Amino acid sequence: MKTRKNKKTEDLLEKLEPKISDNLLTLKGVGKHYGSIIALRGVDMVVDPGKVTCVLGDNGAGKSTLIKIIAGLHQHDEGEFSLHGSAIKLKSPRVALDAGIAAVYQDLAVVPLMPIWRNFFLGSELTTGVGLFKKLDVQKMKDITKQELSDMGIDLRDVEQPIGQLSGGERQCVAIARAVYFGAKVLILDEPTAALGVKQSGVVLRYILQARDRGLGVIFITHNPHHAYPVGDSFLLLKRGRSIGYYSKSEITVEELTAQMAGGAELAELAHELEQLGGHDEELAEAEAGANSQATA
Amino acid sequence: MSSITASPSQKRKSPALDERVGKKSALSILLGRPEIGALVGAIALFVFFAVVAPVFLAPASLATVLYGASTIGIMAVGVSLLMIGGEFDLSTGVAVISSALSASMISWYFGLNVWVGIALALVVSLLIGFINGIILIKTKLPSFIVTLASFLMLTGLNLGLTRAIGGSVSSPSIADIEGFQSAKAVFASSVNIAGIDVKITVFIWIAMVIIASWILLRTKIGNWIFAVGGDEKAARAVGVPVVRTKIGLFMAVGFCGWVLGMHNLFAFDSVQSGEGIGNEFLYIIAAVIGGCLLTGGYGSAIGGAIGAFIFGMANKGIVYAEWNPDWFKFFLGLMLLLATVVNIVVKKRAESSK
Ligand SMILES: Nc1ncnc2c1ncn2[C@@H]1O[C@H](COP(=O)(O)OP(=O)(O)O)[C@@H](O)[C@H]1O
Ligand SMILES: [Mg+2]
Repeated sequence: MKTRKNKKTEDLLEKLEPKISDNLLTLKGVGKHYGSIIALRGVDMVVDPGKVTCVLGDNGAGKSTLIKIIAGLHQHDEGEFSLHGSAIKLKSPRVALDAGIAAVYQDLAVVPLMPIWRNFFLGSELTTGVGLFKKLDVQKMKDITKQELSDMGIDLRDVEQPIGQLSGGERQCVAIARAVYFGAKVLILDEPTAALGVKQSGVVLRYILQARDRGLGVIFITHNPHHAYPVGDSFLLLKRGRSIGYYSKSEITVEELTAQMAGGAELAELAHELEQLGGHDEELAEAEAGANSQATA
Repeated sequence: MSSITASPSQKRKSPALDERVGKKSALSILLGRPEIGALVGAIALFVFFAVVAPVFLAPASLATVLYGASTIGIMAVGVSLLMIGGEFDLSTGVAVISSALSASMISWYFGLNVWVGIALALVVSLLIGFINGIILIKTKLPSFIVTLASFLMLTGLNLGLTRAIGGSVSSPSIADIEGFQSAKAVFASSVNIAGIDVKITVFIWIAMVIIASWILLRTKIGNWIFAVGGDEKAARAVGVPVVRTKIGLFMAVGFCGWVLGMHNLFAFDSVQSGEGIGNEFLYIIAAVIGGCLLTGGYGSAIGGAIGAFIFGMANKGIVYAEWNPDWFKFFLGLMLLLATVVNIVVKKRAESSK
């Protein structure tokens, strides 16, 4: 009797242990190619609950490819992707969602012509009734949408308006609120601030922090180090499909991050280009400063 | 650096616009409905014909108009849903005839009860829809090409098989086969309302519009239909079963084709195998006039019904007004053009951000 109990406790510990010691999500040497194009190679990354992992890189660096693998839109063909310590390959976004991974894409987060509340619950609609008379619980979905959005600090008069009428920042926020409401453990944001002005970018960054504070592991994709640094806990830098650095916040400053991303040579080149165009002194100084900080870093 | 600063590229952009959306008036909500343009058009057309041809208002005339509308409207139900789902179907006109031919040929050739033929015709119709859908999904070709191909193939099959089996361009009469009378009662009878005979298709049509509206607005599937038509990638990314939804829509169109095919068969007792060609456009026109966007994601079943009603009014109204029916097609084209322009405006309003 006693031994059995001990055995049971041991089993339980064994089951619990990976969850305690392992990270929420881990990538080890992950790679992906599209035909002959190698989009991603040998990427390591860790996502923890209540932490923001930033993925930075220029256009074509492989950021979208990386998060599409995590979100189940593509499958990796190299390396290991594990969730709660066990290796997985996600076959579809639905499978990823069921595993607690929700993605918010820059352009395909929402269906513009559909009302906000329908977008909020799309793919996970609430229903009442049974069989043939099963119908959408419209009132409840509208109420929840309104409530969740106001909890996130978005005050909308009318959840019936097409979501396309919202500003880009608000749309991102609706998508984030949706992921939070549906119990996502990992929230992926692909360049949520890319098309936004300063003020709206700030709004989106605030929601990233709110999602983090609710205990989600956030993966924040951007090519803007000034957006990444204030909210990020760790930073993965990609270039041409490869990882060129993986830092925790204490290891790097925003200036170093900027310099790392652009690369000193490129900034110098940029400065040269600007010089040739002429008449943009302010921007020129900025680019030169960047190139210098790279040289000293 | 802990505050959020602008990147150089953003510096040159104008500051963010106000995030709030202006308050909507009740009128603008009404104007935002997909079918509003069609409704205004229908009312205008009704008043117009009532003035120029008073006989138009006679109950018997209205019953005739409604019957004409129903024969378009039954198909327009499925075609509207499909169009909202982002696809369209050029094979509907001949698929109606395929269904009618299947029912009559099966009953006649095997000497089976008519209802067996009717049931198998339903299978044929759903299968045509399924095949259209699965080819669309597998080949990723636009529905224009896929259904143009099935339109041509069905046209050929209708003519070829009818002649090969029955030896004629029309299917043999099934009036004497068991079950004919009861099937006629279901698909092609009239209901007497206050002395006016109203064709049963009018009631079938209304029922189908109500069911389709319910599905569209009050079920998950309806949500999915709007989503796959509005933004297929976004729909897939949030877990909507895009493939099933699209194939289901083509099968729903198949179902509507079966209903109309059975009416065509039992209104008489045989079918001309060369019929139906061109009707697919009438169904699409009804859906578009009714406010369904050709590009998908927007529209209503009611709109398609109003579109069909406009069609019915114009078609018969010209006769009641004793005009030359040659003008009908011109008129229809004009309606289509106006409706499409209105639709574009409506879509822009709905989509415009800020
Ligand atoms: N579906 C695809 N087919 C072929 N090549 C692709 C595909 N998606 C991305 N790529 C290529 O992979 C590389 C990485 O792209 P992506 O992950 O979108 O970069 P990022 O999001 O960082 O701009 C690019 O060279 C791009 O052209
Ligand atoms: Mg990208």
